[in-house]
Formats: sequence, structure tokens, C-alpha cells
Amino acid sequence: MEARERLLDKYSARVFKNRKDHVITKAEDATEIAANSRTIPGIMTNRGCCYAGCKGVVLGPLKDVAVITHGPIGCAFYSWGTRRHKAKGDENTKNFLEYCFSTDMQESDIVFGGEKKLRQAIQEVVEIFDPASIMICSTCPVGLIGDDINAVAAEAEKLYNRKVIAFSCEGYKGVSQSGGHHIANNGLIRHVIGTGDRPVKKYAINILGEYNIGGDGWEISRVLKRIGYDIVSVMTGDGSYAELKNAHLAELNVVQCHRSINYIAEMLKTKYGTDWIKVNFIGVSSMIKSLRDMAKYFGDEELIAKTEEVIAEELEAVSEELEYYKSRLKGKTAALFVGGSRSHHYQKLLKDLGVETVLAGYEFAHRDDYEGREVIPFIKEDADSKNIESIKVSPDEAKYKIRLSETKYNELKDSLSLEYYEGMIKEMENGAIIVDDLNHFETEEFLNLLKPDVFYSGIKDKYVAQKGGILSRQLHSYDYSGPYASFKGAVNFARDTVMGIYTPAWKYVTAPWKTEPTLEGTLTGGEQSA
Amino acid sequence: MLSLTPKKVSERSAIKINPAKTCQPVGAMYAALGVHKCMPHSHGSQGCCSFHRMYLTRHFKEPAIASSSSFTEGASVFGGGSNLKTSAKNIFDIYKPDIIAVHTTCLSETIGDDIGSIIQDIDIPEGKYMVHTNTPSYVGSHVTGFTNMVSGFIKYLSVKSAVKNGKLAVFPGFVNPGDMREMKRILNYLKVPFTMLPDTSGVCDAPMTGSYEMYPKGGTKIEDIKKLGECELSLALGEMTSEESANELKRKCGVPYKALPLPIGIEATDEFVMQLSRFSSTEVPYDLEEERGQLVDIMLDAHPYYHNKSVAIYGDPDTVLGIAAFALELGMVPKYLVTGTPGIIFEQKAKELFSKYGVENYIAKAAGDLFELHQWIKNDPVDLLIGGTHGKYIARAENIPLVRAGFPIIDRYVHSYLPIVGYKGAIRLVELILNAIMDKQDAECNEEDMEMVM
Repeated sequence: MEARERLLDKYSARVFKNRKDHVITKAEDATEIAANSRTIPGIMTNRGCCYAGCKGVVLGPLKDVAVITHGPIGCAFYSWGTRRHKAKGDENTKNFLEYCFSTDMQESDIVFGGEKKLRQAIQEVVEIFDPASIMICSTCPVGLIGDDINAVAAEAEKLYNRKVIAFSCEGYKGVSQSGGHHIANNGLIRHVIGTGDRPVKKYAINILGEYNIGGDGWEISRVLKRIGYDIVSVMTGDGSYAELKNAHLAELNVVQCHRSINYIAEMLKTKYGTDWIKVNFIGVSSMIKSLRDMAKYFGDEELIAKTEEVIAEELEAVSEELEYYKSRLKGKTAALFVGGSRSHHYQKLLKDLGVETVLAGYEFAHRDDYEGREVIPFIKEDADSKNIESIKVSPDEAKYKIRLSETKYNELKDSLSLEYYEGMIKEMENGAIIVDDLNHFETEEFLNLLKPDVFYSGIKDKYVAQKGGILSRQLHSYDYSGPYASFKGAVNFARDTVMGIYTPAWKYVTAPWKTEPTLEGTLTGGEQSA
Repeated sequence: MLSLTPKKVSERSAIKINPAKTCQPVGAMYAALGVHKCMPHSHGSQGCCSFHRMYLTRHFKEPAIASSSSFTEGASVFGGGSNLKTSAKNIFDIYKPDIIAVHTTCLSETIGDDIGSIIQDIDIPEGKYMVHTNTPSYVGSHVTGFTNMVSGFIKYLSVKSAVKNGKLAVFPGFVNPGDMREMKRILNYLKVPFTMLPDTSGVCDAPMTGSYEMYPKGGTKIEDIKKLGECELSLALGEMTSEESANELKRKCGVPYKALPLPIGIEATDEFVMQLSRFSSTEVPYDLEEERGQLVDIMLDAHPYYHNKSVAIYGDPDTVLGIAAFALELGMVPKYLVTGTPGIIFEQKAKELFSKYGVENYIAKAAGDLFELHQWIKNDPVDLLIGGTHGKYIARAENIPLVRAGFPIIDRYVHSYLPIVGYKGAIRLVELILNAIMDKQDAECNEEDMEMVM
């Protein structure tokens, strides 16, 4: 029996009925998967919540913003410094990432409402820190007790003469982190993007959905700047409110994490006419393809030449090391289970290193991240996600600009996949398993059935795999290493994986007395003596 | 580092900055992991559960299992009863625990789910159990959640009994498995028959064997929790963490209790040992006396390096007070004590402690935060910091050595395996304190002042 069937077989009829559409085996004719639906209670999901998607992922990295979590202390505490979106302030830009701001709601705030405390909290933050902007993120009880954080934000904006934005990202909204991404995207396009006017240079771009985990964004920017790009904004790793205001002025948006930022990419296209392409800066071959695609979009000979020159130099710098690591990894197998994009992005890098992906899945991606954007018209919105607001934007009369002529656009559309993402499944091998919202049970079962050499996942299941004898490297936090993106990152990633596979401790898992007898004796007169 | 923190301390009534506490459910989850074959269950939206598991895993570098009711907006409006029922069915079906320990979050507390009634309607398989406690995140801290979960087990399981079993019930407080092991070692030295609740040793410090066990060998057995009502006496270690649970056992089963501070440092350990010796009518064995003598020997040997050194201690209330007491025993000056956990009792206990030593120049604050602690330090610095990981930013900003002790420590390895309680734990703390102070001296003294022997 196939691994998929063997796994599903163990479920009760009720759970089987739900899970069978979330677990598929890649075949030519079967690529449809169920995704972005509610979590089965008690199943031990890896998923987080809407607040985590909004505050933890999209807004948290904005360094010059004081993000105030309106709620009891936990949510703010857990998202304090735990996602490794690095940032560096300078004389013009304050950096709040070492701080955790919470209204620390108490019982009386639940009973009498927390608006008064929130107002006071904003005042105190303004007085102590004078931040460029304040963003308020709500947590579960806020929506239930009816605090109007939008009204408080609007009032504070006038009072303190700076941008104050409220995000209603209560944890119960939607079914996962994904709803929070959408809510954050809506707020940023509504209140921030389009309000700046910095002059842009040639080849002006935004990097969308890149959160600078372990310095990824810096490594990507290093290469892009060498080529000559003017990076207007990064959403949102090492990003800032100050930069984000100008995002509408870029000529092209490059999208790394499709799931978390495609809403802004689409809205920038509609409102300001900015085209976007899907890139993948993870892995050398994907990086090279992405750089060439970007150059092709601008179609400038000088840029194309410079791109090739930089590629050649960067490649030269890493190829020897990568070849060595490849020799140590060739033929290994991997399983990947990450949030909403990395499970796909790292497959190409693994392939570069000779590692085969036998299972991949997302916590909270939608069908388009699995199957490609062409399925979007066929995705049925269910009751759990309908409450996530989908905003409509229209072309900005003053700022809308067509970037490419219709002929040029059509010419590039297919070769560059303009406004398109193909999804994860197409790139996977037949027979590989794809799992949506992988849970603890399935993790254990699949690791036992498939016995991959490495399981790339998160902190909650890292030690589950490791205790079972399988190396687990975290692809959210990079196990406190990184960067993993771009040329240099590929080397770091390969080195870390090799280190994990070949660390001597694996040899000592079984104690010698488990395999060799220590009690030597001979039978004398029916008694055993040592 | 933390360069936006101003020196001037301003009055704050609303914004908490860099807290020295987290919320109730993670404490309840930790307590539930200290029961054998128990699945902690978070009745709320799933983000809480993931965050809490993440934090425990980062502290212990171990798996931390727990399930969630995974509320959606609908459940948040109409109640989470069916989510809990479905959860129970799936958990017993798929993960096969002997017991599910439910705690709540701010979500289910705000909407007012009546967990007790919901559980009564659940068809619990033969021989299995389901217990609950209420852990509203907007009350107290993770320490409160820990206490509530321990009390929850007693409420559901412990049975009043006329027959006594000669045992001592031990509530170890919010401490690491390494500490629980050390307490148990001392209990065994003194031949005390006991049940410890919870006991995360063997769960949150389980060994590598090559096969993953969802329910490791450790944890208090359900049968033993039931029989807590037969105990002669219970010992609540850490008044602010354990007394309420001991009181619950007294209310329900009539077991009298004594509350002691966490056995951190020499006097508190002495008190713990004396208590055990009296309970079991066993003389303190030489082995333990030897450990105590070694501790005193070390305290005398090394005193020039820590005498009169000032220290700021932050973290959970009982841990902070325990370390502060030991610091005083060493001749150090605990200048600032901060816990994020609210409760005036912390400040009262601190006052008692300091008056015993005739120390007046100190600040002890409950419901405080690390931002304010940093501001105090900017105005009047200290020689040493003791607390969890989050203080490392202050340590770096102000160039103060940091000793990691307490919860959470998410940036170092090994710490949770080794104790800070008992004479052994005190010896370890002295070593950590000395290393921190002496490493700084070695790193910063003039070259001509570098000492070979210290």
C-alpha cells in the first residue's frame, strides 16, 4: 500500500473524510488539493492564528513602527524577538524590534472595555518614544468585548499628528495565519503605500514578501544593489514605514512569498499599474533565473550585461564549496513542512544539492500556492474565511502609470510569468506526497513510512523528528543561522544540513550494552555466575 | 542595544514594555505535561496553543505536546462546546492519552464557555479521564496558570480518605525538571515517601533513545493524584506558586499543609531538609551534610569575588525571592527585584526578607517590567543580573554580566537539566555567579593586571 493510503487508513471515518483531500500523491492527473479550510479540533495542528500572521509576520518587521498589541500579555510576549526578522536602525530611523509593547489587559478591561487603556498606552508610547508611526494589533478578546480600535486609532492620529493604524486581527479570524496576512496587506495599502514621494532612480523595484529572516533580505539586496537596482521598499524585512510610503513609485514588484503579500502585489497593479513577477531567491539556480527574469523585464542591455557579470562572479565565489557539500548530500531525501511558501522555494535548492523531496506541505497556503494562480477563479470561499475583508482598489488618477506597452506586456507575459505563480505541485516529482496542514500524527507516521534523511520544519516538531532519529532543520528560524537566501545563503544552508547529518552524536544513540553483552558467565551446576 | 530606552523614569499606567511575565495557559500546559500520559488541551483559538508549545520547546529543547480546540469566528460567537467535544473524540482516538487536561484562554473565558458542563456531556472512554481548569490570560501570569492546573487535577481526581498512606504530597512550584529531580533526590535521602505534582522530570528532559515517545516515562501517575487525599501532609514549595494548590487539597481532602519558600540557597534548603527529617523521623544522612558543608566551604572560599556586589533579579516571584535570599546569604546586595506577576504578597515577602538582613536600599516590584528595570539600572547600575533570556539585552546594553536562571531561558542549552534548588543547586548558582563576574574581570582588566590565580 502506498504511504498515503497507509496513513489515511488509520483515521476514523470522520477524520478520514476531511483529511483525504488534504493529503495527495503527485501524479499527472491528480493535482487538486483541499486547503485553507478550518482546522480539525484536537488534531494537533502546527498552525498559528490571524494575530501571528498580521503582527508576527507582516507588521512586526517594520522597524520604525511601535506595534502595540492590544490584549492580555501573552500574544505580545510570544511574538517578541522570536521570529528572526532582522533590522538595523540608523540616525534617521528608530528601531523598535528589541521592544515589546502590550496593553496587558486585565479583568477590569475585559469587563469595562479596554479603549481607555489603549488610548493611554498610545499616549505613553508617543511621549516616551516618539515613533514615526503606531500600529495597533488586536487579540482574541478585543473583538468580543467590542473595543473600537479603529476609532481610537483615528483619534490618536489627529491628536499626535502621526500615522496610527488599527488592525483587527483577532486570533479566531479565518483559519490560520493567512487571514492575518490579508488584514495587514489591506491596512498597508489603505494607509501607508502611496503617501510618499521620494525620487526613484533607474530600475526601481520593491521586494515583496521578504522578511529578512537571519539576514536573507540583506543578502538578496547586496546582490541586487551590485547589479544596480534601486530598492524602493522591502515588504517588510528590515522595512520601515518611511520606505513603504514610496512603494507605489517602483517600476516592478518582485514577489518572494506569494501567500503573504500577493494581495498587495495585485492591488499595486490595479491602483498604480505596477507589474509584478514571482521570483525565488532561494538556491543558486532559482536566484539566477530570478535575476535574469528581472533584467528581462526592464529589457535594458546594460542591465542584462551587468546581471550576467554579477551572476558569474557570485557563482565563482560559491561554486567550490557548493560542490563539496553536494558530494556529501547527493542521493539524500528530504521532507519539507513550512508555513506558506518555503516548502516550495527550498525544493529547487535541494535539487541543486542532489537531494530529492519526498514530501512537502504547507500549514496555511491556499490552493493557488499549491496548484498555481490559474485555479483562483475556481476556489470556493467558505464561511470561515468570508469574514476576512477583501478590499477593492481602483486606479489612482494621479499616480497610476502604465509600465509596459501592451505589445511588450504580451510579449513578456508568458516568458516571465507576469502576475503569475505556478504553485508548488508542478515542480514536484510524481509519487511525492503533498500534505496540507500536516498534523502531529501525520508527521510521526510519514517520518516512519518515508524515513527521509532530513525533515525541514519548525520548532514544534523539530525535536519530535530528532528523538525519532531523523535530522530536523528549522526552515522558519533557520535554527538561529542564516542567511539562507541567494548565493551565500545557499552555502550556509548546505553547510548546516551537512553538519546536521554528519554530527558524531548520531552514532551514540544506542548504548553499547544494548548490543553487546556485558555479563559473561558460564553455566555451572545450573547457576549463572558473573 | 535598547538605545531608545530613556534614563528618565516616567509614570506609566497603561503600556507594558518588555514584560517579565507571560500569560496563564503556558503555565497550565507545563503543569499538565508533568502528569504521566496526559495531553494538555488548550480551549481557545489555535494560535495560543502553538505559541505555548513553541515557548516550552524553546526553553527545554524538547517536544512539548498539546492540542487545541481551534476556535473559528463562529465558535467564538456561539460557544466552543462542540469544538471541545470534537477535540476529545479526536484526541482519545488518535493520540490515546490516559487523561486530557483542558485549560482555557482569554477567548473562551471572555465568551464564558462552561467547561465543566461541556465535559460532563462528553463520552469519555472507559478508564480515561478529562479534567479542566480556568486560565484566563487577563488574570495573573503563567505562574497563576500553573497553580490553577495543579488545583484542577486535585479537584477532579483526588479523593478524600479516612485512611492515610503515610506519604507527603509535594508541590514543587514552577521549576525545571532538573530542580524536581534534585528535590526528589533529597526526599529519597531522607526516606520520605511522597507524591510530587506535577513532575516534569522524565518528560521535559527525556533522553534520546532513537524512538520518539509521545508520552515519555516521567510524570505523576493518575493513581497517585487520586491518592493525594490519603497523604499525611503536603508541602507547598514556593508560597506564591504552590500554596493555593496545597490549600485546594486541604479544602477537598482535609490534608494539612506547610508552605515553604523554594529551597534555593542555604537557609531555605535547610528548612526544606529539616521539614523532611521531621516528617520521616529520619536523621539527615551524612551525604547530604557533606553537600551542605561543601556549599559553605565554597561560599567562604570565593566570598571576595561576590561580597557586596549589587545584583538585579527578575523573573517569577518565588524564584526571584529564592535567588534574592541566596544572594543575601552570599553577602551580595540584591538591589532590584522584579516580577511581572502581579500580587502585593511579593513585595511583602521581599520586605520581610530584607528586614531580616537589615537591608533598606532596594526596590522590589510586582507587575513590573524589564523596561523599567533597565531605567533603574541606567540611574543606579548593578554588578550582576540574574534572570531569564530576556534580560540579555539589558546585560549587553549596560555591560553587566548575566546569570541565566528561571523561566524562560531560550538562548542556552543544558540549564533545565541541572538544578538551582538544594545544596547542589546552590553550588551550581555560586559557580554561575562567579564565572560571570570573573570572566568579566579577565576580559576587561588591564593586561598587566591579568591574574593567573584567582
